[in-house]
Formats: sequence, structure tokens, C-alpha cells
Amino acid sequence: MTLLLARWQFAIVTVFHFFFVPVTIGLGFLVAVMQTLAYRRQDPGWDRLSRFFGRLFLINLAVGVVTGIVLEFQFGMNWSSYSVFVGNIFGAPLAIEGLLAFFLESTFVGLWIFGRGRLSPRLHLATIWLVSVGTVLSAFFILAANAWMQHPVGYRVVHGQAVLTDFWAVLGNSTLWESFAHTVLGAFATGGLLVLGISVWRAHRETSNEAHRSAFLRAAGLAAAFTLVAVILTSVAGDAQARLMDSQQPMKMASAEALYQTKSGASFSLLTIGDLSGKPVFQIRVPHVLSMIADLSWNGQVRGIDQIQQAETAKYGPGSYVPVIWLTYWSFRAMVGAGMLMILLSAWALVLARRKRLLASPWFRRAALIGMALPFIANATGWIFTEAGRQPWIVYGLLKTATSVSPVSAADVVATLVGFVVIYSALGAIDVMLMARAARHKLDDLDDHGGHGGHAESSAGGVVPELVY
Amino acid sequence: MPFANLNTTWFALIGLLWAGYLFLEGFDFGVAVVTPFVITDETDRRLCLNAVGPVWDGNEVWLLVAGGATFAAFPLWYARLFSGFYLALFLVLVALIIRGVSFEFRGKDDRPGWRRTWDVANFVGSLVPAVVWGVAFTDFVHGVPLAADGRYNGGLIGLLHPIALVGGLASLALFALHGSVFLALKTSGDLAQRARRAARVSGLAAVVLLAATVAWVALTGRPAVTGSVSAVLPLVLAVAAVTAVGGATLLVVRRRDGWAFIATGTAILLAMGAVFSRMFPAVLPASNRAANGLTIAGAASQHNTLVVMTVVAACFTPFVLAYQGWTYWVFRQRLVRPAAAPGGEPTRAALAPEA
Repeated sequence: MTLLLARWQFAIVTVFHFFFVPVTIGLGFLVAVMQTLAYRRQDPGWDRLSRFFGRLFLINLAVGVVTGIVLEFQFGMNWSSYSVFVGNIFGAPLAIEGLLAFFLESTFVGLWIFGRGRLSPRLHLATIWLVSVGTVLSAFFILAANAWMQHPVGYRVVHGQAVLTDFWAVLGNSTLWESFAHTVLGAFATGGLLVLGISVWRAHRETSNEAHRSAFLRAAGLAAAFTLVAVILTSVAGDAQARLMDSQQPMKMASAEALYQTKSGASFSLLTIGDLSGKPVFQIRVPHVLSMIADLSWNGQVRGIDQIQQAETAKYGPGSYVPVIWLTYWSFRAMVGAGMLMILLSAWALVLARRKRLLASPWFRRAALIGMALPFIANATGWIFTEAGRQPWIVYGLLKTATSVSPVSAADVVATLVGFVVIYSALGAIDVMLMARAARHKLDDLDDHGGHGGHAESSAGGVVPELVY
Repeated sequence: MPFANLNTTWFALIGLLWAGYLFLEGFDFGVAVVTPFVITDETDRRLCLNAVGPVWDGNEVWLLVAGGATFAAFPLWYARLFSGFYLALFLVLVALIIRGVSFEFRGKDDRPGWRRTWDVANFVGSLVPAVVWGVAFTDFVHGVPLAADGRYNGGLIGLLHPIALVGGLASLALFALHGSVFLALKTSGDLAQRARRAARVSGLAAVVLLAATVAWVALTGRPAVTGSVSAVLPLVLAVAAVTAVGGATLLVVRRRDGWAFIATGTAILLAMGAVFSRMFPAVLPASNRAANGLTIAGAASQHNTLVVMTVVAACFTPFVLAYQGWTYWVFRQRLVRPAAAPGGEPTRAALAPEA
């Protein structure tokens, strides 16, 4: 019981946290780009845009940061047996993430918020770039930890603990570098689609102020090109990951397709009606695509769940090595499908932007607005797929999830689970409300923090920042 | 011997991380806790919030690094501690969540109910960890009952030994003092004067409560390991900490805010020195049977991990200290209450260097 509850708790606090992380990474980068354009070109339009999106960035960051604290301790609270087993290796990137990334991000975001008008514009610009570097470094180190769970390297097991033999192997893990590319590019696309959706919507509503309208159109144009490149590269990285997964975690590949029997020239099903146990009522299938994904060859062999189950039983002993198939099958399709739609949407946006017709199509305006949901679907289902697809393992081939849980009572886990769900629901609702309100904010209100008027003139005639909070 | 040395080094470094964390976030907590007692209006409240505004987030990272370093250097300590002190940690996490967002959310709406909600969140979210950390560290030095397999099964209630409650109040008073002195340093005029008054009250309370905790632990706590560093050193450090708190209180009375802040900060560092040297050579001391406790050697990671951690820490900590220190330098000026704006709109407050 504790195990099931602890798994639900981890899934909820992690997926919730990861709604905010890609926005922090992607929007932080784009705000830094906008502020750079403002600085380089002395352009008030980009300056206003960087403040406008900076405000959204900070609301999102607040929730992202506090939900991240929970994760730092979640392993010890609910997964103490896991923590003891992996601590020698998994703990190091976590600690390094704090030292190298969190300090950078948190210290410089304070300087960025409060330093406007106090630091030189050049130094102030540097602070937002350092924040952005911090967010990307943070992704790298936490993925180093996760990649080791997917594909353990550089270790030896001594007295029931995995101990480090080669730290460079842990940092050079092929799984790490491919998932790092996939995750960060996906985060860039997330930020890009947010800027695109909001900019198109705002440009359409700015009927009276031509300067603001054109500023938002420029932001939309930037976001369209940025997102298209980011999503295409995300797909390329994801495609490379799939081949790596096929060799490192074949069961995950097979469960992505619910492919039970080993097959050459395997097809990829777009959707399935009926059960996924190999006897579907109705399927739309694209021939040879699964073989292309897994093996880059037209008739490549893809191993089936039944065969892998046999092989893993022989290797690891009796037991089921099959994940929850409906979850892996559908989360994989949701991720890939959302990604495809993101490519179409940003390509459409780029074509319209090139022809200066971004606002001409009401269908596009709606699509851009609704399209902001796509990256969130892809991000969440992507992680659900990769974590659920590794089951029953928590560390692939070494440690099972079932033996990783803490010896805490189910009542305690229920209490904290309910607590987190209540608090996170409230936080989520408030965050969406504040983001929606900030997205309506006037573009020429230069105050960075809500509506408390602009900057006061000091006695010396220069501009001094107001109280920020 | 190099093994033992690195283990002990990391035990000491984790002690330093906690000390740094409580030094820095201690005054953030303290400012929030005394705010209701020193403000007269919305502008005062915003001055208090902005006094810690640029730095609180960076301060909190010390906790995350302490947690991460414990995980990496002492996996068993991390696992036993946080699964054992489960609900206490949950309380702290909830507090840090509502407190963290309160800074950003509060100013997003002018309605009084909204503001009051986040003011309460900021207050409670600072009060709870200020007490719980004190309770926890008192439990560490006093020891908690541990089962033969080293696990703590006493639940939340088991942590609330009377002595731990006194320790929790002592840490609350100490952080209130530390925060009041910080406010006195960072603000000016009437607000700074009221902060000094809060510092006097909390300083007196801190001296009494801290002295009581120290005496109680010395008299009834688990016996110190003979011949080890935990025999005499902790008591010396603890007495020095109490003295520093008393000194800080006297310095505030004489309006020597800067020296008083150095004294409160020193008191926190000394107190953490006392805690960690008293725990040594255990990381989780047992009150019932010493053998059930978890030792540094028993909890530590293997040599390779500790070497990697040592190299990374040696290379990057200087940069972190430099830029975090620089942040304090950038925002070193006192916040000044703006002259009443025409129409008396307090939220249009401006801050300027004091003449």
C-alpha cells in the first residue's frame, strides 16, 4: 500500500513540478534574447516585451522553485531504500546541481529583479543570461541522475550499494546527452509556443496602439522561427533516443508500440481501438515505421514483449518485466502527436509571419492560443512514458521499484499525498489565474511587479527603482 | 586514514552548509516573524519584505545543497533522517512552499484579502521552519530512540520531547533576534527603532531559552563519547553562543547594529558548531542505546564519490561565495521610507540611498 501511494505521490509532485520547469528554461532563454535585442538595438519595443514576458517568467518561476524543493527531499522521505542503494552515484549530481545551478539561478534572479536601474544595463543583461545558464545546467545535472536510472554506467555493486567507479562515465552517459538535448530543446519549444500564443492574441487585441501591435508581432515572428527550429531538433533528438532505448531498454521500445511478437519491418500504429494485448478491434497502421524508429532500417527487427520477457526472466529471475502497456502505448502517442502538431503550428506561424499575415486568419489565432497546451501535454506524457516504461525497474537491471520504498506507514504517505494535492491544486489555479492576468497586462507599464505605478524620480533626477515586492 | 579524513571532512562541510543556511535564511525567517510587531502600515510591511527581497531565494539554496550533499556523501543519513523525521520535514516543505510563493504573489493584486492571505503565508511559512529546525537539531544532540536496525519509528510526537520544544522556541527567538537586527541594519528611522526594540525582547528570550536548552542537554542528554571531540568542545561552543546572543542584545541597545549582526551571526555559527561536534562521531545519535545510532563511518559514501564531491566543491564554492557576497554588496544600502507622496499613496514608495 505504501508503495502504491508513494508512487502516486512521486508521479504527482514530479509531473506538477515539470509543468513549470520547461517554461522556466524556455521562457527564461527567450526573455534573455529579448533583453539582448533591446540592449543591442536600443529598441524600446523589445525592452517592453522583455519586461512583459519577464513578469510571466517570474510568476512561473516562483511555483517552479518551491515545488522543486519537495523533490530534493522526496527520495529520502518515500524512497529511502532506493536512496541508500543509489546515493553514492545519484546524490552527487543532485548536490552538484545545487552548487552549480540553483545558486546561479536563485542569486542572479534576485539581482535581475532588484537590479534594474541599479546595475548598469550591460550587467543587468548579464544577470538574466546567468539565470538562463543556471536553468540549463540544472537540467543537465538532474538528467545525469535520471539517465543513470535508465542506463547505469560507471558503477560497481558492493554490499547492496552501487558505488562510483567512474564519474566521467556517469557524465558521459549516452542516455544523458540525448535526453539532455531532447529535454532542453523541448523546453525551448515550450517557451516559444507560449510567447507565440500570447503575442498573436495580444497583437490582435492591440487595435489602438500601433507600436504595441507591431512589438507583439515581432515577438510572434521570433517565437515562430525559434519554436520551429526547437521542435524539429527535439524530434531529431527524440528519434536518436528511440534507437538508444531499443538497445538499452528494449522492453520500453516494445511497450511503446504494444508489440508482443518480435517482428521485422514492424509497422507503427497511430491509434488502436479495443485492447492492446495483441488483438485490437481496429488499428491504423503505418508500415515499417517502427523498424525505422528502432533500427533506422526498412526491415529491421524489433523485439516483442513476449520474447523480451523470456530473455529478462532468464537474466534476472522469475517475475514480470512488462510495464503497464496502455500507459506506455498512449503516453508515447500523446507525446509524439503533440510534437507533430507543434511542428505544424510553428511552421504555419512562420509562413504567415513571413507574409506579414499573422493576424489574417482567425483559425490560426485560435490554433496559436490552444496550441500553448501542446508542449505541456508532450512534456508530461514524455516523462510518464520514460518513467513508466522502465518499470518494474527503478534503476534498470539493478533495483526494482517495489523494493525501493521507505519503511513509512501508509497513513503518513496518505497524509502527505493529500497535503501536496491540496496545496498544488491551489498553487496551480492561482498560477494560471496570475499568468492569464499578466498576459493581459499593458505593454507600456514598465513596472515589473504588478500594478504599483512606474518609477519614481529621485532628487538627483535619475530614475530609482521602487520597492519591488 | 584518508578514508576517515574525507568522511569527517564531509561531516564538517555539511555542518558548515547548515550553519550557512541558518545564518542566511535565519534572518529571512526572523524578519518575517517580527514584521507584524514592528510595522505600522503597508509601506513598513513592504520595506520589511524588500529588505530580504533580493537575497532570500539564494539563501534558501543552502538548504538544497545541504540536502543534496547529505544524499551524496552520507546516503544512509539522508535516507534514515528524512524517512524517519517524515511529517516534520513535510511541515517544513509546506511552509517553504507557501512562503516562497508569497513574495511573488502578494504584490499581484491590491485587494486587502489577497494581501492578507500572503502576509499570513509569509509569516507562518517562516515561523514553522524557524521552530522545526530548532526542534530537529535539539533532537539530534539529545538523541532520539532508534530501533536496533537504526530506524526511527517515533513519529512526529516522538520528536516533541519537552527539551526539543524548548530548543524550538530557542531557535525561534534566536532567528527573531537575528532578523530584527538585520531589519535595524537595512531600514531607517522609526521602523529601525522598532526593530531594535523587537531585538531587545527576542534577544532576552533567546538568551534564556538557549541557555535552558544547553543546560538541559548537558545534564540529561545522552552521554558524550569519552575522549572524543564531543566531550568538551560542544559545551564550550554552546556557552560561547549564548554569550554571543547576550552580547548582541547589549549591542542593539547601544545601537551598534552592524556589530550586533555579526554577534547574532556568530551565535548561529557557534550553535551549529556545538550541535555537530556534539553529534560526532554519530550522524544520527540514539538516546536509548548508543549502538543503535548511525555513525559517520557507517553512513558515508565510498571514497570515489567523496573525492569527486571534494574536487567539485573546492573548484566552485569560491565562485558561489563571491557572487553571493557581491549581491549583498550591491544591495547594501538601507531602505528609506519615502516622503509621503501627494495623495498619500503608500504603494508608490521609492527607495533611495540614505543621505
